[in-house]
Amino acid sequence: MIKFNRFYNQFNILSSLLIIVSLALLIFKGLNFGIDFKGGTLIELRSSHSKINVSNLRDVLGQMNLGDVSVKKFGNNKDYLVKFENKNNEENIIEEIKLNLDKSFGNNFDFRRVENVGPKVSSELLRSGIIAISISLAVMLIYIWIRFEWQFSLGAIIALFHDVVVTLGLFSILNLEINLSIIAAVLTIVGYSMNDTVVIYDRVRENLRKYSDIKIFELTNISINETLSRTLITSITTLLALLSIFFFGGEILKGFSLAMIFGVVFGTYSSIYIANTVLVRLNVSQETILKEDEKV
Amino acid sequence: MLYFSKLRIIFISLITIFFTFVASNNVLSPDKRFFDKKINLGLDLQGGSYLLLEIDNTPVVEQRLQNTTTLLRAYFKDKNIRIGNLKLDNQKIKFSVAEDSKKNIIEILNDENSEINPYYPRFKTHQFDVVDLGNFLELSFSNQGLVELKTSSQDQALEIVRRRIDEIGTNEPSILKRGNDRILVELPGLDDPMRIKSLLGKTANLSFRFVSTDNQDSFGVEKLKYENNIDEDYVSKRIILSGDNLLDAQPRMDNQTNETVVSFALDRVGAKRFGKATSTGIGKKLAIVLDGKIISAPVIRDTIASGNGQISGGFTFQSATDLALLLRSGALPAPLNIIEERTVGPDLGQDSINAGLFALIIGFLLVITFMFVKYKTFGLITNITLIVNLLLLLGILTLFEATLTLPGIAGIILTVGMAVDANVLIFERIKEESRNEKNNIIAFDSGYVKSKTAILDANITTLLAAVILFFMGSGPIKGFSVTLGVGIFTTLFSVYFIARLFTSIYVSKNKDKVGLI
Repeated sequence: MIKFNRFYNQFNILSSLLIIVSLALLIFKGLNFGIDFKGGTLIELRSSHSKINVSNLRDVLGQMNLGDVSVKKFGNNKDYLVKFENKNNEENIIEEIKLNLDKSFGNNFDFRRVENVGPKVSSELLRSGIIAISISLAVMLIYIWIRFEWQFSLGAIIALFHDVVVTLGLFSILNLEINLSIIAAVLTIVGYSMNDTVVIYDRVRENLRKYSDIKIFELTNISINETLSRTLITSITTLLALLSIFFFGGEILKGFSLAMIFGVVFGTYSSIYIANTVLVRLNVSQETILKEDEKV
Repeated sequence: MLYFSKLRIIFISLITIFFTFVASNNVLSPDKRFFDKKINLGLDLQGGSYLLLEIDNTPVVEQRLQNTTTLLRAYFKDKNIRIGNLKLDNQKIKFSVAEDSKKNIIEILNDENSEINPYYPRFKTHQFDVVDLGNFLELSFSNQGLVELKTSSQDQALEIVRRRIDEIGTNEPSILKRGNDRILVELPGLDDPMRIKSLLGKTANLSFRFVSTDNQDSFGVEKLKYENNIDEDYVSKRIILSGDNLLDAQPRMDNQTNETVVSFALDRVGAKRFGKATSTGIGKKLAIVLDGKIISAPVIRDTIASGNGQISGGFTFQSATDLALLLRSGALPAPLNIIEERTVGPDLGQDSINAGLFALIIGFLLVITFMFVKYKTFGLITNITLIVNLLLLLGILTLFEATLTLPGIAGIILTVGMAVDANVLIFERIKEESRNEKNNIIAFDSGYVKSKTAILDANITTLLAAVILFFMGSGPIKGFSVTLGVGIFTTLFSVYFIARLFTSIYVSKNKDKVGLI
């Protein structure tokens, strides 16, 4: 049996630090919002022309008075991702860019994807994203409350909060872009991490009923060990699926799968080291469970 | 838990065969299909354009208030009630009232069956809110009044947008209302929305008006620019003809000038008015004004009584075609702004499909290899379950003609990764049980029973996340929540019916084998 409980304190300190650092990053550094949430225009273009590279694309576009322009390579070496503010929300800007590029480099461009999000829509999307994440946390809280006791609910929600905040913190420090699919990833992480926590909690509850003489400190450790191989196997298969999306699923799904990969790792960690330690600190005992059983 | 009745086995087989059959519909050529259902590809996979249009209702509000102002003046004059200083200011109608008639006026405006301030019988609130400002009364649209105005302008705009898009003739467009001032247009297969965008961006308000030579006119004049944005002319505010009077408009080549023009035919009322105007106005310039800009202002040389005419203005064939199209489909009630656009070219869509499918195959192979190495026979059972699971998932998506997006494919891959969870929970539990229980059947049975709550709880939490995503997410993300959500049901079915069936067959054949799992 692995003694997970030996490191409860150390990992609690680490997690608290991680949360504080992440929150600080979110507040002071902020997130790198994509056009979905910031508004602006994105163009994915492909050109096989040998003379074209990021810097001269940037030069040509920079002269066009588009506001903040960013040009990046995207996936293979023929594809570029151009983003700019498009403050005035000009509708013909795409056509103008096409003309300008053709003039500078010859008619070599294939506009593979164009996205243009106005300021009103982007703020609505951001709001509904935040609402969606908040609702999902609240719904999970209520669900666990119904299925377990409030101590469990609290533990699960702290674990979830940890996963969401630390994943976003990692996105902040790595300056990775937050777009609509990241919101989907975060919600899936919430579901996954919950899933993981619930399986261990289910076992904790079962063991609490079984043993009246084992302290919660020891009992959580037993439960973690009993469910450990399942935790690991499920994490591994999920990670295998996610890694295959990350490496083979194309550029568009990269951010999404990366967020999910972080989330699965944090989720697995938090259901062991956060969800359980909360039960220990709240001194959950057989009585907690029995009280609830009597009520039912 | 391990016992299966014959009936249940038949039932399970039928369901599996049925959905496999349905799923096969997506790969068969159209003439071999058994029925006409297929998974739709989202715009991000098949390529196409997504446009969200917002109606700018400000001019409509202004126009309505203007009309109401005229109505109010006439109405109170009719009733011999004096009101003064009637004016429109900041989307509010203001007028002064005498102290003795104020009560009466407010009563008229707030009467349940008021003609001038309607809606009460239907909505229990009036079209306009009346505010008493002492010597003045102020009328502004009530919430319901504004909603009605927006809905009706949205209905009209939707109709015009549909006509314009139908005229261009794209593939299966979808045009839907969003909220009460937005219209969502989805155009599959369209990779360059330039033309549609420019067509939808025009209000197409056409009017024929005289150019004023002395800047004087009983209706007032306004200064308008020509299309080239340089020249200007003073144009009378009196509208001789508007786009409503048009029956037809077509691009044409003028044989005499060798110029592309738009020829039009007027309805009877229009023809009459046009005839009168051209007969009295010989020698004058008649401005053809579209959306506040003068297209051209030819000099009237002859009376045109036939109701047919043509507009010239240095058109190319394309611009003449577009103008004719706009005139035929009618004017929008208010300007539309494109507030969100997402366009994916068909080759990027195809690349996404290829990448998505490749990732699915690799992910699937990795997971089934891992499961086989880890659990041997039971890994094999899990893997068969996984295949059935995928077929069921595809079958259900086909049956409901769901839209598959790139994130949707990611959802399927994720389902593959997470679907084994339930089986793993069961197998691990059985392992534990068989440490104390030598009878395999009992050990397996209690493994299934004891893992049930954890499996249900775990899946319900993921389902909750998927449901929230479905209601809050947009476009492609919705596709993700659909596959993730449906995946949970197919997973539970395949774990509790398919995998359990195979497990029970295998276990009953190896009742006494030690270390079965």
